[in-house]
This record gives sequence, C-alpha cells and structure tokens, in this order.
Amino acid sequence: MSIDAYFAPKKEIPRHVYLTVSVTVGLFVLAMWCLLAYSGWVREDFLPTPVAVILAGIDGMSDGSLFRDTGISLYEILSGFILASIFAVPLGILMGSFKIAEAALEPITNFVRYLPVSALIPLLILWVGIGMSEKITVIFIGTFFQQLILIADVSRGVASDLLDVSYTLGASRRQVVRRVLIPATMPGVMDALRVTLGWAWTYLVVAELVAANKGLGYFILNSMRGLFTDRIFLGIAVIGLLGLISDQLFKVMRSRLLPWTIQS
Amino acid sequence: MAKLEVNNVNLRFTPKSGNAVTALDGISLNVEENEFAVIVGPSGCGKSSLLRLVAGLNRQTSGSITLDGKAVTKPGKDRGMVFQSYTLYPWLTVQQNVEFGPELAGMPPAERAVISRRFIAQVGLEGFEKSYPKQLSGGMMQRVALARALANDPEILLMDEPFGALDSQTRSLMQELLLGIWQQSRKTVLFITHDIDEAILLGDRVYVMTARPGRIKEMIEIDIPRPRSVDLLTSPAFITLKRRIMALIHDEAVRALT
Repeated sequence: MSIDAYFAPKKEIPRHVYLTVSVTVGLFVLAMWCLLAYSGWVREDFLPTPVAVILAGIDGMSDGSLFRDTGISLYEILSGFILASIFAVPLGILMGSFKIAEAALEPITNFVRYLPVSALIPLLILWVGIGMSEKITVIFIGTFFQQLILIADVSRGVASDLLDVSYTLGASRRQVVRRVLIPATMPGVMDALRVTLGWAWTYLVVAELVAANKGLGYFILNSMRGLFTDRIFLGIAVIGLLGLISDQLFKVMRSRLLPWTIQS
Repeated sequence: MAKLEVNNVNLRFTPKSGNAVTALDGISLNVEENEFAVIVGPSGCGKSSLLRLVAGLNRQTSGSITLDGKAVTKPGKDRGMVFQSYTLYPWLTVQQNVEFGPELAGMPPAERAVISRRFIAQVGLEGFEKSYPKQLSGGMMQRVALARALANDPEILLMDEPFGALDSQTRSLMQELLLGIWQQSRKTVLFITHDIDEAILLGDRVYVMTARPGRIKEMIEIDIPRPRSVDLLTSPAFITLKRRIMALIHDEAVRALT
C-alpha cells in the first residue's frame, strides 16, 4: 500500500498506521507541553509541568480533597441526570408519536430549551440556594428539555409500517406501544442519553463555578484564587477522564442491552 | 358470498395543501376462498390505499368491505399483511419475529415453537432462527415477514408489493417460493404489484387499475394451469396475456403523464 492510499477519503488504513498516528500526535502534544513548561518560556504559574500536575494529584488524593470533590460532583450529576432521564424518556416517546402529547409539550419545550441554563442560575440560587439541590436542579433543567427533543425525534422516526404490521398481527394499541414502539426507540434513546450526559457535565461545572463550596468546579475555581495552576489542570483532567469513562460505560451498556444493534 | 367483498368503495381526502383528491372511485371486487387475486396498476393509482382499507388501517369514505360477511372496521389478525418496506422487529430474532402473532394470542411457547419451525422451514430459513434481522439480506427479511404473516394463520393474506424493493434475481426466487407455498396452503391472497409479469405469474385473477381516480379497468382471468414456475415467462399464453395487460396499463400511464 503506497503512502498515497492513506489519504483517500473514507478508505480503511492499516491498523498499525492508525495507532502510530494516534500515538505520535498524543506524544507530540505532550512534548510541546514539556517544552513550554520546562524551558521556562511560559511562567510556571501559567503552565504547570506535567510532573507538578501528577504531584498535585497525589496530594489531592492523600488529603482526600480530590475524592471528596469528585464524589460530590458525581453525586450531583448522576442525581440530576437520572432524574431528568426518568421523566424525559417516557414523555419524549409520547411526544414523538402522539400528536396530542406533541401539542401539549412541544411549544413550551422549544421555548425553554433555547434558554441557556446559565441564565437561570441566579434565579435558581434565589429559589433553592447554593447547595447540592441547586446543582441538581441546574442539571435537571439543562438536560431534561434537550433529552425531550432528542427522544421525541427518535420516537417520530419509528416507521409507521412497523406499527401497522403489528396491528395486522393482532396487536392492540396498548400492545403496539409497549411491545413495538418502545423497544424500537431504545437504540436512539441510549444515544440521546449518552450525548446529554456529556452536556450535563458542562452545566454542572458552570453551576459550581458560579456558586459552590464543594465539587470539581469549586476545586478548579478555588485553585485559581491561589494561582495553583497545577490543581486547575488536575481538576480539568479529572472531568475529562470521568467523561471518557462514562462514555465508555454507555458504549458497553448499549452492546450489552441492545445486542441486536450490532452489525456482524 | 365471496370470501372478501369490496363493494363500491370510494376514498377521498384533502391534502394539507391543495384540493380534495379522489384516490379510489367506485372500486368493487370479490376474492373467492383459496383464490390468488392480484391488483396491478401504475404507481399512484391507489392500489396500496385499497389494500390498507382492506387491512382496516384506513377507512374508506363510502362503500363497504366485508371479510366472511363481516364488515371491516379496524385491523385484525384475520387479515395478515406483508409490506414492501422491511417491517421485521429488529430487536427480535427470526424465530421471535415469526412467533410474535401467536405469542400475542397467548399461545404457549412449545406450540409456538412448532409453528415457527414449520414456517421458517417453509421459507427455507432453517439455521437462521437465532439471527437478528440486521444479519439478513433483503430477500431473507421478506421471507421472514411472509413466515410471520402465515404463522398467524390469517383468513386472507394481503401483500403490498412485497418484492418491490428486491433485485430482479432475488425477486424471481421469491416468486417461485411464494408459488410453492401457495400451492400447498391455498391461502386466500390479495396481492398488489406494478409488475405485470409478477401479476400473471402469481394470480388466478388480475385486476387492472387506472390512475386518478383509481378505478378497476378490467378483470382478467389467468387460465394458465398450476403448478406454475418462472419458465412460464416465455410461453405464448403468457405473452398474449402480458400484451393485453400492457396495452391497458400503457393507456393509463400515458393518460397520467399528459
């Protein structure tokens, strides 16, 4: 295979080439970081060295502050996200397939979903304070309406022939909803949840940056006050890592729960 | 009394933009027990709309449709249907798809398994019982859809261009398969197609439909003896019939274009 073939659109490339390119780019970014940090070209309180970040991590783990803030953020995000999903999945499925539910929910949803959640934070602080319940509320509002729209689209996309053939097989309307419509939406629902979990992280950090006394956003903000850039980097890295892990978990769950979606 | 009686059925609707359309105008036809009836017509003539009325998925504006003397008002398992689009449940295996109807009816698993085994064998898909639809080709999926409809033992089988999305080789194979199955079961069938060869090959009677408004232009008895095979396609009797139907449809297609 000539080099030229690696630059054809939508064509496969050998696995070793793929890995080499990925690793090289990763190493290059790391090398640039080391170069800028260790050479002294950039001041240390602007760009910490990789070792400083790792040391900050060890520090944070030994005094427990990192675990505490991570745990709190995880608790807030999971509560808000799960609560939003519990309501958004059934309502979204109804909204996409029943005109009457669409008429009831769509106008208000479309209004609320264009409101940036960050604009609501001051109001929410007034209403529910600055504790964990405020973070959970921010995540709930931020994800719920987006989920509703995404899942309604998934539900709308279920072919009506699939429902019609079920009627001709003797299914009642109830059975069509339970045994056909709902299972048919599951892959799309899983994808919608996966995407919105990523957004939930954004809302969480925004909420914690505005007002909090614990959590990863607070960890980052507090580090900024003392110019502890290494700890800022650490906080960002932890959020990235948790995002990556949750995304992988979703992938595994999808292939476990919905094995029939896998092409073989 | 015929098995299925369609009596002076009209269907009119008003699209969101535009004027009222008469999709079906005074359609009458009878399908006898154990008969294979085919409706052939140009695209847009309303043949699929008619089948959906028989299935009970839509209601006619006026006229009556009866199966075994009972008026059709809603869909039911006595009228099994095979669609042109792929309508297998992707989350169920081939066997579970075929057993879907009997399961809804509350049949115990052991009995269901006997039925699904029989019909999966009939459509030649032994060994694929545990496969998911995603793992099957288009032709295989339509065979499962046929097995699923037959496993529910409907009074009449409604087929809406079931092979329309398949390539021509696969389509011939499917036609032969259907001929073979029908030869054994003699299930009453109402089959929709725009393919004249298919209509003559499969049908005892062929109804030629006109477009806008959809009317039955002529009914043609296909007196070619059974069992039939695709070899028929080149026989003189076949060609004569084909020429006749082509002429009828050609007039219509020209009229629709002008």
